Amino acid sequence: MIDILDILLTANFWAAAIRIATPLIFGVLGALVCERAGVLNLGIEGIFTAGAMAGWMAVWLGADLWTGVAVAAGTGAAFGLLHAILTVPFGLSQHVSGLGITLFATSASYYAYRTALPDVSSPPRITPFQPLDVDGLSDLPFIGPALFQQTPLTFLAIGLVLLVAVLLNRTPLGLAIRAVGDNPSAVEAQGLSVMKLRTGAIMFGSALMALGGAFLTMSAFDAFFFGMVNGRGWICIALTVFASWRPGKALIGALLFGAFDAFQVRLQTEVGAVVPGQVFLMLPYLLSIVALVVAARGADYPRALLKPYFKGQR
Amino acid sequence: MSEPSAEVPAVLSLSGITKRFGDLVANQTIDLDFFPGEVVALLGENGAGKTTLMNILFGHYVADEGSVRIADHEGKLVPLEQGSPNAALKAGIGMVHQHFTLAENLTGLENILLGTQTLFSPGWQRGRARRKLAEVMKQSGLEVDLDCRVSRLTVGEKQRVEILKALYRDARVLVLDEPTAVLTPQESESLFRTLRALAANGLSVVFISHKMAEVLSASDRIAVLRGGQLVADLPTRVCDRHMLADIMVGRHIEPDERLPSKEGAPLLILKDISTDDGRNALHDLSLSVRGGEILGIAGISGNGQATLARLISGLEPPKSGTIEIDGKRLPADPRKVMAAGIARIPEDRHRDGIVGAMTVAENLAIEAIRSPAFQRLGFLKFSAMASRATEAIEAYDIRCPGPDATARLLSGGNIQKIVLARTLDGDPKVVIAAQPARGLDIGAAEDVHQRLLAARARGAAILLISEDLDELFALSDRIAVIHRGRLSEPQQTEALDRAAVGLMMAGHAPGEAA
Repeated sequence: MIDILDILLTANFWAAAIRIATPLIFGVLGALVCERAGVLNLGIEGIFTAGAMAGWMAVWLGADLWTGVAVAAGTGAAFGLLHAILTVPFGLSQHVSGLGITLFATSASYYAYRTALPDVSSPPRITPFQPLDVDGLSDLPFIGPALFQQTPLTFLAIGLVLLVAVLLNRTPLGLAIRAVGDNPSAVEAQGLSVMKLRTGAIMFGSALMALGGAFLTMSAFDAFFFGMVNGRGWICIALTVFASWRPGKALIGALLFGAFDAFQVRLQTEVGAVVPGQVFLMLPYLLSIVALVVAARGADYPRALLKPYFKGQR
Repeated sequence: MSEPSAEVPAVLSLSGITKRFGDLVANQTIDLDFFPGEVVALLGENGAGKTTLMNILFGHYVADEGSVRIADHEGKLVPLEQGSPNAALKAGIGMVHQHFTLAENLTGLENILLGTQTLFSPGWQRGRARRKLAEVMKQSGLEVDLDCRVSRLTVGEKQRVEILKALYRDARVLVLDEPTAVLTPQESESLFRTLRALAANGLSVVFISHKMAEVLSASDRIAVLRGGQLVADLPTRVCDRHMLADIMVGRHIEPDERLPSKEGAPLLILKDISTDDGRNALHDLSLSVRGGEILGIAGISGNGQATLARLISGLEPPKSGTIEIDGKRLPADPRKVMAAGIARIPEDRHRDGIVGAMTVAENLAIEAIRSPAFQRLGFLKFSAMASRATEAIEAYDIRCPGPDATARLLSGGNIQKIVLARTLDGDPKVVIAAQPARGLDIGAAEDVHQRLLAARARGAAILLISEDLDELFALSDRIAVIHRGRLSEPQQTEALDRAAVGLMMAGHAPGEAA
């Protein structure tokens, strides 16, 4: 018991939790924007990979870090556009299209990597984002090291939570996005374009997802590895339900998952000798399933989620 | 009651509208003008082209020929851009669809504001919108809680939000598609009072309907569509029920006539039935229907009728009390119930009456699928099913491409004919008919009524559950009223007064109703 408390009370633990949560924050925000507009985006796992790859590659080719971030977002938006074309005007199955995007974006990223670097055994490194040192704040006890050992992308993620919350709940555009995910004919009847709204939301959401990938190669690590996304996209899809499609709860969900993950790593070093390590690796996923079951019971799905809309048809 | 005259210029004018879907001509050279201050009823059977015409008006469809013109600010008619709901909204055409176009996760206010502001503006001016809406609500008398989530509003309130949506955008023409289909009689009355008041303020109101009574009582002018053509455009005061029915159907419609029939022994007896099923529970309900008799159960949906139908269909047992069929206790097992000679005409014919994905032949055979007529050693006899279906299609006039047609694709009237052919053909002892003609055309409804009367003449005991007083009074020998799960004492139809039954449906005691 004492050990567990010791873990939870170190600033270092919370710094790790926030770091692990950051790509998830981007991902959940992206997924929830798409789903609020009525489209499930299972391309998320591949879009993460593409974002990680494109951002890192741009920087490696000589662009500065923020340009790399923009390239990653643009790549995500492009894959989002593809998903949107397949699911909105053509009304194809969102599951099939999404999984297709994941396979396509993942292999395209690997292909691009191999084409650019045919014979390297270990990927070249870039200089990633450095922790933001704010004078005075980083010296605060506990909070200082936990919060201010983070890179600018983490602050961008937290800022985006606020931005997406305001966008959805406080602007006419957000109103239209929420409406189009509930009843597209309501939007059509008020003279707005279902297609434009959904396409825009999917592209924006996908750009956010790609930022989650970019964080991995440009902040958490300094290079691109195969398989580095490692199911983070799928976690985001689950967290979206956990968050009831609300940005604030999405932040909490991502932090909770980050905390579980950081906790299991530390627990492993404490009692790793007795219990096999795989049990600990499993822990955050198991706990998210439990959390999901509890939260998803009363889940209020966007009513038009997964339902294609065709003009003039009821 | 303004009279359309040369002095009042039209606010909206349709000329030569033609719309084809493949070979089907949905609208054929339709000319129609709408004037301010007038309530127009667009009457026609299902498939007559009413909704197509209104969808052209609102920009959901583009007409193949013809033009839609709307008055500009000086009252001059200018062409309306086709195929753009946005252009229709801007020109002042408001539409209330039959299936509400509301986002249920938003409040009434948010639904009304949706699309009225520039999308990429940072905030919103809710204060100004509220003030304008308060004004609109005061003028129109439409009251609704704007800050309540739409999912929590009643159907009537949702419709008010829909109308407010149009009025908030300064509509000059308000189109309502089958506005009363989902309303109780009281709500319908209040809706028509509102529409009348709106017209008095200079709005041009158009409502689509196939219900004769409301068309006659609520409109100034009636336009009748049949087979895509405008077949009549008449002031309401020169119209009457029979004339409209004939124009609408295109042939003479005989009113339902209930001949005296031999009354047999009681075939269906319910004694002290109670259930606990929340809102739909029944309390100490007793009734008895004799052979050759139709007992009408009048009541507004949701007062226990659904439970009553489920009980007699054997889908659930009562908590207490007994049900007897022809002297034997009813088993709580649908298959045994069918074997006992009960024909069930379910309220939701699409969901419970047919299996939509199966063919007409399969749907006709489905209740008798275990009988040797349709199977041998567990293998289906498709040829027997097909020939049975061919007979039924002929005898019941089911309009479909053939026995192999997918049932789901047929119209409501033809689906009901499948149900009738399947259930009534085996000469059932007891028929339980829940809202059998709801939503059907006059022609199809007449057919359903004739079939029920024929079953009565053959000696069946028929329990007719309905909200439609016309239907109840035309068919029933006796009528009882159900309200909150309690059934009033059945009375001979001849001794009853329609207004009194209407009040009892709303929950008044028989004494105060009389």
